[in-house]
Amino acid sequence: MEISVTVNGKTYRHNVPPRLLLVHYLREQLNLTGAHVGCDTSQCGACVVDVNAQSVKSCTMLAVQADGAQVTTIEGLATNGAYHPMQESFWEMHGLQCGFCTPGMIMSATALLQRNSNPTDAEIRHALEGNLCRCTGYENIVKAVRHAAQQGRAGSNGSMHQGAKPEVPESAEELEHPRRDDGVPEKPETVGDWEGENAGVDETTPMGQGGM
Amino acid sequence: MAVADQPTRMFGQAIKRREDPRLITGKGNYIDDIKLPGMLHAAVVRSPYAHAKINSIDTTAASQLPGVVAVFTGADIAQEQNPLPCAWAAGGVQNNVNTPRALAVDTVHYIGEGVALVVAESPYIAYDAMELVEVDYEPLDVVVDAEEATREGAPQLHENAPNNIVMHWTCGNQEAATQAIDSAEVVVRQRIRNQRLIATPMETRGYVARYDAATGEYTEWMSSQAPHVHRLLLAAFVLGIPENKLRCIAPDVGGGFGAKIFVYAEMAALLYAAKHTGYPVKWIESRRENCQATAQGRDHITDLEVAGTRDGKITGLRVHTYANLGGYLSTIAPGIPTTLYGRMVSGVYKIPSIFVDVKGVYTNTAMVDAYRGAGRPEATYAIERAVDLFADEIGMDPAEVRRRNFIQPEDFPYDNGLGMLPYDSGNYEPTLDRALELIDYQGFRREQEEGRKNGRLLGIGVTSYVEVCGVAPSKWIGLMGEGWGAGLWESANVKVHLTGKVNVTTGSLPHGQGHETTFAQLVADELGVPYEDVVVEHGDTQGTPFGYGTYGSRSAAVGGTAIYKSVSKIKEKARKLAAHMLEAAEEDIVFENGKAYVRGAPEASKTIQEIALQASVAYDLPQGMEPFLDETTYYDPPNCTFPFGTHICTVEIDPETGKVNVLRYVAVDDVGNVINPLIVDGQIHGGIAQGLAQALYEGVVYDENGQLLTGSLMDYSIPRADMVPHYELDRTVTPSPVNPMGVKGAGEAGTIASGATVSNAVIDALSHLGIRHLDMPYTGEKVWRAIHQQ
Ligand code: FES
Ligand code: FES
Repeated sequence: MEISVTVNGKTYRHNVPPRLLLVHYLREQLNLTGAHVGCDTSQCGACVVDVNAQSVKSCTMLAVQADGAQVTTIEGLATNGAYHPMQESFWEMHGLQCGFCTPGMIMSATALLQRNSNPTDAEIRHALEGNLCRCTGYENIVKAVRHAAQQGRAGSNGSMHQGAKPEVPESAEELEHPRRDDGVPEKPETVGDWEGENAGVDETTPMGQGGM
Repeated sequence: MAVADQPTRMFGQAIKRREDPRLITGKGNYIDDIKLPGMLHAAVVRSPYAHAKINSIDTTAASQLPGVVAVFTGADIAQEQNPLPCAWAAGGVQNNVNTPRALAVDTVHYIGEGVALVVAESPYIAYDAMELVEVDYEPLDVVVDAEEATREGAPQLHENAPNNIVMHWTCGNQEAATQAIDSAEVVVRQRIRNQRLIATPMETRGYVARYDAATGEYTEWMSSQAPHVHRLLLAAFVLGIPENKLRCIAPDVGGGFGAKIFVYAEMAALLYAAKHTGYPVKWIESRRENCQATAQGRDHITDLEVAGTRDGKITGLRVHTYANLGGYLSTIAPGIPTTLYGRMVSGVYKIPSIFVDVKGVYTNTAMVDAYRGAGRPEATYAIERAVDLFADEIGMDPAEVRRRNFIQPEDFPYDNGLGMLPYDSGNYEPTLDRALELIDYQGFRREQEEGRKNGRLLGIGVTSYVEVCGVAPSKWIGLMGEGWGAGLWESANVKVHLTGKVNVTTGSLPHGQGHETTFAQLVADELGVPYEDVVVEHGDTQGTPFGYGTYGSRSAAVGGTAIYKSVSKIKEKARKLAAHMLEAAEEDIVFENGKAYVRGAPEASKTIQEIALQASVAYDLPQGMEPFLDETTYYDPPNCTFPFGTHICTVEIDPETGKVNVLRYVAVDDVGNVINPLIVDGQIHGGIAQGLAQALYEGVVYDENGQLLTGSLMDYSIPRADMVPHYELDRTVTPSPVNPMGVKGAGEAGTIASGATVSNAVIDALSHLGIRHLDMPYTGEKVWRAIHQQ
């Protein structure tokens, strides 16, 4: 099916199979791999993105349902090279360890502050109940959200879409991960069917729920 | 030198992590983010039976589905590959090692064991094709409980393991313990269960394998805590190829907690699939598979007997444990309930007579291996419950009983008589005092007494723990009957380039611990270069020196020390070269804060950058000196390290619902010197959450048919943000004498202490109702029933 989706301000047109999940569309077709898949029962929240200004678990939505939508992913949160205050706060407060839950956590936390710019700790914990983190014990995540809320109130009347210039204690080259995984080419942005030409079965069973 | 010139030490500073910019922007590179040209996708067909013979597998229909490239069975792969190895045959396991193959060949031993591998053009097609693989199973009798499995007439899993026993292992002194118990004023006996857990890293496992037919070389990207070990075990044991024909690469790893230490069937199956399809093949584990087929933790049934005097001295301890190891032996499974559990059950106490008896058992369940703390949470739970039971029996305050039995500072190095290495250093009482003060122990006891009059169920639980980490000495783990199949040192290479910039490569493998930051802090200090100039690399067997990886809280103590030593070697060479450059005698050269100078004349110094340049261009080097500053260390420490501490928490139980509410949680840990407090505190937080979750929420449930009832995050309840409390941390610092930095290790401490702490608090809240013990997890239902049965 033909869809048109605006992701992080850029509009894409693709022919996608009806059963393709939004998270797989973002990750495989658009190569936006910030949204992660951590479960197959909509529990973990690693896949959270914004769809039409609503936090959505992108594993629970089909790509075709996003036709015509405005989507923001973790990759679209920083503006003009400046981290979003929530990204800053997670960094500052050590709100992440392995980082796998982090994109979803930051997206959900950002949405919380849009609804409630001054949440209590209990409200923060409650609002993040759809996002699981196995590393941090949540202590520093709560701290990071609280910090971002404080920053937001101190700064530009609470608007969380206002990117603050990051303090840059690290040189640009350090921001690059010194890794050695060669042979990992960027997937070109193509119009095509991610399932391959011969995709013969046409059900809407999302992968992962097939399980065993 | 003016004071203003003194650079600030990075060691001990809570600087934010350099890993984070990529991770907070969605630019991390996890296993599922890896895409190779032509890459195919695999899915594993898994057994729905816990114990069954495989009569036949029909792959015809699956193979014919458009988009399916190949379907492999266990019989195919067995022609080319051996079973996975067990690398730690501790506790006398010899003739009855049974390990899994890439796919089962004729019998399955637990739900979720792989029987076929489908390879297709997309994961969706692979999942579709899985449904079309027809397997004819003949179900066999099932046993899931470790104690039952050892009984006469129980279903037998493996021919070479009568009564399903993997090993029967003991330590300590049986005679002395018997005598202590038989002659004691007080003896307390209790059966306790340490339930089975699923590690549940938020990133499941996943692998991408590639084979180059022209060179015969394999590459495998893997979500792994130990890529070098995986290369060695897969190449040498499973594939029977030289290890230089296999390259293993761990990209960013989304948590491990032990579960990614092990060699897994899918690693081997993917290598086979890549070779036989001719294309790279990716497999990403679903959460359901992670619940079924990734190695799990704990699962002990333990009978405790503790003996002592009415004035609070513990005189004897006898422990009998059934350790459920699952359907096969996972990579280091036998070492966990023996060396890392049995030899640590004495905890922080000086107990004259101890005997530990452990039976490792096969059952029709997923394999059990190391999970955060690995043996030590089980040991801590056993001894800390024992101490509380004893305190309750003699009517003494449990904090006081602990104080009366602590190993004293002058006792170190301390030999606990169980074949453990000597505890390196410790001073336990200050952690207890500080924790009691922080929680206002006496105040809470008064509140508890008042509250009880009004029907409130308030409890306070104390745990003082010690753990063994920085696990290494090869000669101990290898030679002294521990059965470890290799050394257990760690490696590091440090290079100072021509420009003075530094590259560090380490055999450690961070998966959330922030090594890129802490190791750079360490090098910046020791070498006197700016922190920004140091880059830390890891994870690729091509380009990093062989190392054993990250687990057992060993990276700072063992991996960090390897770096420290490499830097020391570089400084030594720099001193020699500086002597040549300054035309001075080598013994007069001081190297300090990145500068070498003649003692007493710091104004005429050579910086490390100048020295690196000279070493690199090599126009003018002293006689016999090789160019370049480049040093490697393989560091095998003389001992493990033994962090310790005291955790206390307070709880209130709702008498109407049985729901446990944690009021406060205080942790005072001593992990030796701390390189980065921000990171160490984060490790403690996460650790506490996992042990607390064991106490309150988590537990694997198999029914009598071996069906896994906790097979997804809907049924297996890892905590959400609103299910855990705020943690109040403090620390004391007792440096380790084992390594030059005095560090011990912090990754597991929280988990080791918190399960027992919450347990003791919950039982304390119910003790006036006559409840002596309950097993974790303390779900509302369990607690409510206990209250209402009284
Ligand atoms: S992947 Fe877990 S909720 Fe979407
Ligand atoms: S940081 Fe690892 S799961 Fe949250």
